Amino acid sequence: MEECLLEINHLKSYFFTRKGVSPAVDDVSLRVPRGKIVGIVGESGCGKSMTAKSVMDLLKYPGRIAGGTILLEGRDLTKLGSRERRKIRGEDISMIFQEPMTSLNPVVKVGKQVREAILVHQKVDRTEAKNRVLEVFRQVGISEPEKRYECYPHELSGGLRQRVMIAMAMVCKPKLLIADEPTTALDVTIEAQILKLIKELCKNSGMSCLLISHNLGVIAQMCDYVYVMYAGKIVEQGDVFTLFDHPAHPYTKGLLASIIRLDEQRERLSTIPGVVPNLMHLPKGCAFCNRCPESSARCETERPELYELREGHASRCFGSLESEASHE
Amino acid sequence: MRRKKEQPGQEVDRKEALAAQLGESDTLKDKMGRMAADNKLAVFSAVVIAVFILAAVFAPYLTPFDFDEMDLMARLAPPSSKHLLGTDELGRDVLTRLLYGARVSLVVGIVPTIISMLVGAVLGMVSGYIGGITDSVIMRLADVVLSFPSLLLAMVIMYTMGDGIVSIFIALAVTNWASVARVVRSETLSLRETEYVEAARSMGVKDVAIIFRHILPNCIPSLIVLFTLNVPSAILSESSLSFLGIGVQLPNSSWGLMVNMGRTFLYNAPWLSLVPSAAIMLVVLAFNFLGDGLRDVLDPHLKNS
Repeated sequence: MEECLLEINHLKSYFFTRKGVSPAVDDVSLRVPRGKIVGIVGESGCGKSMTAKSVMDLLKYPGRIAGGTILLEGRDLTKLGSRERRKIRGEDISMIFQEPMTSLNPVVKVGKQVREAILVHQKVDRTEAKNRVLEVFRQVGISEPEKRYECYPHELSGGLRQRVMIAMAMVCKPKLLIADEPTTALDVTIEAQILKLIKELCKNSGMSCLLISHNLGVIAQMCDYVYVMYAGKIVEQGDVFTLFDHPAHPYTKGLLASIIRLDEQRERLSTIPGVVPNLMHLPKGCAFCNRCPESSARCETERPELYELREGHASRCFGSLESEASHE
Repeated sequence: MRRKKEQPGQEVDRKEALAAQLGESDTLKDKMGRMAADNKLAVFSAVVIAVFILAAVFAPYLTPFDFDEMDLMARLAPPSSKHLLGTDELGRDVLTRLLYGARVSLVVGIVPTIISMLVGAVLGMVSGYIGGITDSVIMRLADVVLSFPSLLLAMVIMYTMGDGIVSIFIALAVTNWASVARVVRSETLSLRETEYVEAARSMGVKDVAIIFRHILPNCIPSLIVLFTLNVPSAILSESSLSFLGIGVQLPNSSWGLMVNMGRTFLYNAPWLSLVPSAAIMLVVLAFNFLGDGLRDVLDPHLKNS
């Protein structure tokens, strides 16, 4: 097994609301090896962002971690105090958010915002910090960094703002970058540029990346290993080629079938019928059974485990287990 | 101004256009310059305020009389070349008393307002950002202060502390911080949830730094508006206190006191009340207009539209 930078074991992050407990992240285990890009994919509300926020310790009340461990280089983050967690944020792990439009403070110059990240973690003077910001601006492909340093966020385009966000995340040279749907708010040309940039930065600096997306195309292009989440649980995991060539879970199959393809003539896009179940009232059996084209009577009464089908490929489905057995 | 699409080829051209449009740098001086160009009324108001401040500072040099110098031979004299704004019932020069009164009114308008803004802003931000018990304690305290009629509370404070300028400062600061704290707290509540605060937190920035570097600058436009509303209201409160006889005491001068003293002679010598009233009105309006102008240039959201 490769050396693991981040290891999440049986993480449970729940929302403790007045109406009851909502298991937004339920028993999620995942690993991010050093220098690799790992993807989490799933539809809205499946717990992708909650997983990321649990790692960052950014859960908002009434959400909190109810169990499990988050190991960064063997250190359990859930056991650390808030002061130590803060030191890790930005220095060891940093995060890029979905909305570059709102992730920058509108009344502070972008250069200062990036510089703040350095000043928090490192004992350097302001001129030195500024020079480093300019250097990172160049690295992430911001032209005329001196001029951009003095700009307010509204003076920059969406693509430039996301580059600034990446610069802010990169400036302390973190070991792990969490990118929470980094390109959702951008148009496709900029999306391609930004993704290429993230990939290059990872390759050049040996940084790992946890990429969260609902876009399978982005995941296929970027990731080495993929986790598919549904209703707070991981339903399938595998390396990117296995997952895309031999999807085992009906949900993954459904997601792959609903991608727009230019090489096929189809009247309409295929969709997965139904909606994500309410997390507070999950069905007794498999959470996906009411939407699953392959569900059986067993699925409605019994909860499937995450079954390992082959080395590094697992699926939370009775069906995939059986079909695998019949192959052999 | 807001652009979402971007094509690499055109980037350079647009950057030049953008730079030209924005000006090379965007310093405070430039902002003031823009305000001067756009908002003549605000500039005029600033001039009015400056004139009043200068007049108050250099009062002894601007008039040949003392503020308590009586000329019993020329009581209730109408405006003349000797007494430009006439004299009061003891023959004191109204212009002189107006200038000396400006000292009291401006200081009382500005100093307690700044104190109450500082206290209110800090308490409001702490209350809104931390929440929980801290929030409850601070806000209930504010409710208590706000539940008193502010003039009554100020009178009680003045009565227990004795009159004098420091008592007025304290009385006005104590009655004003609560409303500032409320406004700032509600702003903080929404700012706390913004993604850039979360992003700052994700970078490991300390809470204190987030409050002062990310939340405070976003509150500045509303603080400026509050300041320009509170300065005139403090001036008016001082006038009311002096009018009621528990603020500034004779023979010292203040505008509220002058209005009160002139009240008795409204028919025979209307200038006695009219002149200080006009001064109060002018200063209050000037602060309000200046506040509007400042908010327009300091708020980056408004600047864009």
